[in-house]
Amino acid sequence: MNCMLVKYASEISLKGLNRRYFEDLLVTNIRKTIGNGYKIQKESGRIYINDYSEELADKVRKTFGIIGVTKAEITEKEMDKIAEAAIGQMKQLKDVKTFKVESKRSDKKFPLQSLEISREIGGMILKNVEGLKVDVHSPDIVVNVEIRDKAYIYTKELKGVAGMPYGSAGKGVLLLSGGIDSPVAGYMMAKRGLELVCVYYHSHPYTSERAKEKVVELARKLAVYTGSIKLYVAPFTEIQMQIIEKCKENELTIIMRRYMMQVAEAVAKKENALALITGESLGQVASQTLESMLVTNSELELPVFRPLVGMDKIDITVTAREIDTFETSILPYEDCCTIFVPKHPKTRPRLDEIKKSEEVLDKETLIANCMASMEIIKINNLQ
Amino acid sequence: MNLVYLDNSATTKPYKEVIDEVAECMEKYFANPSSAHRLGVEAEKKIKAAREKVAAFIKAKPQEIIFTSGGSEANNMAVLGIVSKCDHIITTRIEHPSIIRLLQDLEKDSFDVTYLDVDCYGIINLEQLAKSIRENTKLISIMYVNNELGSIQPIQEIVSIVRSKSKKAKVHIDAVQALGKLNINVRELGADLISLSAHKVHGPKGVGALYIKEGLRLRPLIAGGGQEYDLRSGTENLPGISGFGISIGLLAQDFQNKQMQVRKLKEYFVEGLKDFDKIKINSPLGEKHLDNILNVSFEGVRGEVMLHSLEDYNIYVSTGSACSAKKGAHKNYVLPAIGLDAMQAEGAIRFSFSYMNTIEEIDYTIDAIKKILPFLRRISK
Repeated sequence: MNCMLVKYASEISLKGLNRRYFEDLLVTNIRKTIGNGYKIQKESGRIYINDYSEELADKVRKTFGIIGVTKAEITEKEMDKIAEAAIGQMKQLKDVKTFKVESKRSDKKFPLQSLEISREIGGMILKNVEGLKVDVHSPDIVVNVEIRDKAYIYTKELKGVAGMPYGSAGKGVLLLSGGIDSPVAGYMMAKRGLELVCVYYHSHPYTSERAKEKVVELARKLAVYTGSIKLYVAPFTEIQMQIIEKCKENELTIIMRRYMMQVAEAVAKKENALALITGESLGQVASQTLESMLVTNSELELPVFRPLVGMDKIDITVTAREIDTFETSILPYEDCCTIFVPKHPKTRPRLDEIKKSEEVLDKETLIANCMASMEIIKINNLQ
Repeated sequence: MNLVYLDNSATTKPYKEVIDEVAECMEKYFANPSSAHRLGVEAEKKIKAAREKVAAFIKAKPQEIIFTSGGSEANNMAVLGIVSKCDHIITTRIEHPSIIRLLQDLEKDSFDVTYLDVDCYGIINLEQLAKSIRENTKLISIMYVNNELGSIQPIQEIVSIVRSKSKKAKVHIDAVQALGKLNINVRELGADLISLSAHKVHGPKGVGALYIKEGLRLRPLIAGGGQEYDLRSGTENLPGISGFGISIGLLAQDFQNKQMQVRKLKEYFVEGLKDFDKIKINSPLGEKHLDNILNVSFEGVRGEVMLHSLEDYNIYVSTGSACSAKKGAHKNYVLPAIGLDAMQAEGAIRFSFSYMNTIEEIDYTIDAIKKILPFLRRISK
């Protein structure tokens, strides 16, 4: 019989009195992703699920907070049964030259001590599987034996995405464009336990339905990790038009960014979220210089998380590929940021100047109108 | 106003009778037309009937019609079935991608291709054609009606020039946009190969045909069970083929009046467009123009934005290019070929009519443009 053994981040076990809260949330999140048909048990720093398949393992692996999942074989607590399972597993592995056995004995009634179990099982593997050597310092593979209610034997571990349980750190609003960066930024914050609410700025008729569908698809890709996600589609045309009509050309982008942030903050207030998240990376484009960031932040009460601020495009792209958002991000539909790009946008805007330029706009009405006709899309990846 | 569909060159709405026929074929004639039993024979009869209808419509013999998966396959089959390495091929700069991109690939593979220029009406120069024909010219592939502009090429003249210059060169006509709009008489046209598609004539998608003049041998693209006279293997798309037959049959009824209706719509539309400033009709109008397609540039407005604005009025059209023109492969090459600059090409909208459209719909569309244009032109930075 097999089961899945799930290891979670040591950070969770270090949470002192709050540890239970984090563990329970993790179990809840796993249950949400895999559905109710499984028995999930928490026991001495591990989580056990009473089934194993590759598909199931991949789902569990993508739950934030988990550092590894393995298929564990369950046998009676008898040495020859344990050895048989260990030998079977070793025979299936390829390209393994060295190994060691590590044992843990929670059931103290078991006649052999941990070291003795390891030594004996190791010996039997050597005798029965050809071409293997023991290496206790840096083995290719570790054979684990745990003696508890039953004996659990496992070898190969699938890496989890790590991080903290989703939702354990509160809620944030992600400014989700169709590009490569913002989904990665959302992923990184979600991985630290922040629940995501996304906002996308839709400029019909200047941007197409396909651009919106692309963002919905990106949110769906994030939901593979987060379970479900709420996406606000903000009608942004009127705001953009007013800015374009009334403000200076080289200030269009920065003023537009300020409005995006303020709309996002309005969404955050409605959602009881306590932070904004953007995919900005320092100096990547004109609106992402230090001066521009200062100017985009100035009207906001909430902190703005920019997890990519110190990352290069190459690193961001690597993560985008890992989390499978890259191919969607590079689809060629224009978003509202690319349709009216000034020829020479200000790279060092000054707050007082921008504020003065903005005076011609009726901010309260513009933002209120935008909020009033917001479309909300709920994306659910749960079982 | 209900939906106003002015994108009939992209595809058309199938006739109700076609939909019923497709459904009935799936329900009752599901047997394999190659099966020896009675059900198979009945299915085969369906295909035979469709083949006869399509053949009759273009004055061909039934055995000259090969059903394919559509216009693109017919085009690919016509080219690849005829040419061999080192052959010379002549085409134009404004062909459908299923010809242009195929020939571009062949060029990389030691084929020699000449692309004929077109004038500002999208029409080729017959002298240039005559001069381009060489000893090793194996194929001349030219579209009858251009899908973006509606320009009509002088096919009969083209064929007679080719015949006078070469014995071995074959002529392929991509008539996908011409079918059901121009009288196609294969005997009068004299071409060797003609591509057709069902979904442009209120038939189902996924089915088309290649006319192959009797006696001409082609290499098949698909090896297999030898269906379609050994030329196009694969179990026949019976519902599609039979639906194609039905649509052709319906189209043939009262054919001249249908075309008169389209001409009326176009002329009315062109008249309505006279109220607007700074627009340019890119279609050639006049004799060399198919009434079904009207290509118009609205200065200072990107075609895509105009398209999405018309959507708000439930009016559906196409831009000149397939998509945002960001990707090289989809870049529009037709409009630059008739001399449009980048700005004009970017502002191009293709309105394409069916005889099912009405004067009221044109009025409604002109009205919508009247409302949209000032709004879109208020920003021209």
